[in-house]
Amino acid sequence: MKYRDNAAVRFVCFVLLPLIILIYSALNRGHYYSDLICLFGINLILAASLNLVNGFSGMFSMGHAAFMAVGAYTSALLTISETQKARISGLPEWFQKFTLPFPLALICAGLVAAALALLIGFPVLRLKSHYLSVATLGLIVIVRAFLDNEDQFTNGARGITGLPSYSTIFTVFLTGLILLYVMYRLIRCSSYGRGLIAMRDDDVAAQTLGVRLVTKKISIFCLSAFAAGIGGALWGHLQTVISGQFFYFTDSFNVVEMSIIGGMYSLSGGIVGALVMTFLPEILAPLETGIMIGGIQLPELYGASNLIMAVLLILLIIFRRQGILGDSEIIVESIFSKSTYTGIFKAETYRNLADITKAKLAGLTGKSKKQETK
Amino acid sequence: MLQIKDLNVKYDNIQVLHGISMEIQDGELVALIGANGAGKTTTLTTISGVKRSFGGEIIYNGQNITKASTDEIVRLGVVQVPEGRQIFSKMTIEENLILGAYTEKNAARQKENMERGFVMFPILKERRKQLAGTLSGGEQQMLAIARALMSNPKMLLLDEPSMGLSPLMTEQVFDAICSLNKSGTTILLVEQNAYDALEISGRAYVMENGVITREGKSSDLMKDPAIKRAYLGGD
Repeated sequence: MKYRDNAAVRFVCFVLLPLIILIYSALNRGHYYSDLICLFGINLILAASLNLVNGFSGMFSMGHAAFMAVGAYTSALLTISETQKARISGLPEWFQKFTLPFPLALICAGLVAAALALLIGFPVLRLKSHYLSVATLGLIVIVRAFLDNEDQFTNGARGITGLPSYSTIFTVFLTGLILLYVMYRLIRCSSYGRGLIAMRDDDVAAQTLGVRLVTKKISIFCLSAFAAGIGGALWGHLQTVISGQFFYFTDSFNVVEMSIIGGMYSLSGGIVGALVMTFLPEILAPLETGIMIGGIQLPELYGASNLIMAVLLILLIIFRRQGILGDSEIIVESIFSKSTYTGIFKAETYRNLADITKAKLAGLTGKSKKQETK
Repeated sequence: MLQIKDLNVKYDNIQVLHGISMEIQDGELVALIGANGAGKTTTLTTISGVKRSFGGEIIYNGQNITKASTDEIVRLGVVQVPEGRQIFSKMTIEENLILGAYTEKNAARQKENMERGFVMFPILKERRKQLAGTLSGGEQQMLAIARALMSNPKMLLLDEPSMGLSPLMTEQVFDAICSLNKSGTTILLVEQNAYDALEISGRAYVMENGVITREGKSSDLMKDPAIKRAYLGGD
């Protein structure tokens, strides 16, 4: 037994502690850090959904920004007020007064993004490895060009302003939780997921067992785009302003980076990657303006945080290529499996915990004794 | 049970199979032998639908499956065990077997099939929770066969099961193939190891450069001087 298999440890680390932080920051709405946590929630949806394609199906897509953009615009058009809509010239009469409640708008955002994925999926998914990546990059360019030049419905390069700020910690994390649950059940607890992973490991062998490669690839691509669309919509409702420039290469690369840092081969990896990529730049930000460390005034180091991030990424690729979590599903598993919740009411769990601690302590003192005798 | 008529297959511009025809009866164990690059594997992958032909027909139990997709063919009961033991090395043995039952949704029958596989290859049962990549070559081949059996195939297409195995392991795997055939599974066995293949099979086809050059009873072929010289060594 290890600490990480213990139900009580799991409960505290992955359920209780995050919950406390979330509730605390939800109560302090509008605070800088609570916005940051919102952003983290959105990022984790994006990174986990990218892992569906990049980690579990063995394709490598970089087109997440395109699906985010489509989702954000869909949700925006479905929720902004009449006065905002009046500024967009080409909307049909009936649409001027047409608004949807936020949850429905989110679902529509996901569906439209998934439809786009379906549309481009058939030609693009015939490609393999890096050809696929390049093709998905092309998709970003197409979507951006469309959004910038289309004046009738998306207001061209001016973008859409005045999105209602529906993205709160509650809505973001509730959506994230639901999406994660669906992904978890699908990937880890169904024959669909097993077939998917089989396809990634060896497509010929998977095929000879009756796995339909094309259906698998298209469906997972659409599902990933669905979640990305919802993520994009949430992002739009957090920023309240969207335009084509917000959904470009850097945004896609950011998500790819999260997924690589955290670990492509698990949904939990996406969560960890989002955590690192959301908070680390913020922690490093003070370096850029010069801070005092131990009485020494550091000079202003503009770009330092980017530099450090880059070095960390390189080190990670060298020393831990599979990402921080690799293929361990510990976080998502802890949140969604029953044993976490039933386990905390069993005496056995705590006895177990005590045993592990004793063993660890014995190991520690044993080591130090050995050192003393030396 | 399976009829192949005038099958033509090419990779890009190079034609690999030049109009081959075969016939396999229900319950037979038929060997397909030939040198490297003769087109044996291509024949199998074309039957299972992984590779497409541009001419000819494949008829299975009166049904034309030339254009059917791989999963349809698997559902019909024709399952290929791919060359080089393509198991899922990062999954456990049990997970590999469950994947073999991808088309078999009935849980009870799944379990039954798994038990049957374990009876045939007890070593797999011992190591069921182990990662498949940690098995030895012969055990991996056993796993690949057991995995194919999970979908209750009527016909098994075995691609070089002896590849890279020690003589002792080869014997074990071939014994398993024999007993499978005796229990009613029709088998098409592709082999370079011509002697062993001819020994366990009832009939055989000899393939050279994409055409079938000889066919007949395995026992007759074994005595044939030309075959002896080309594939069996000695004179």
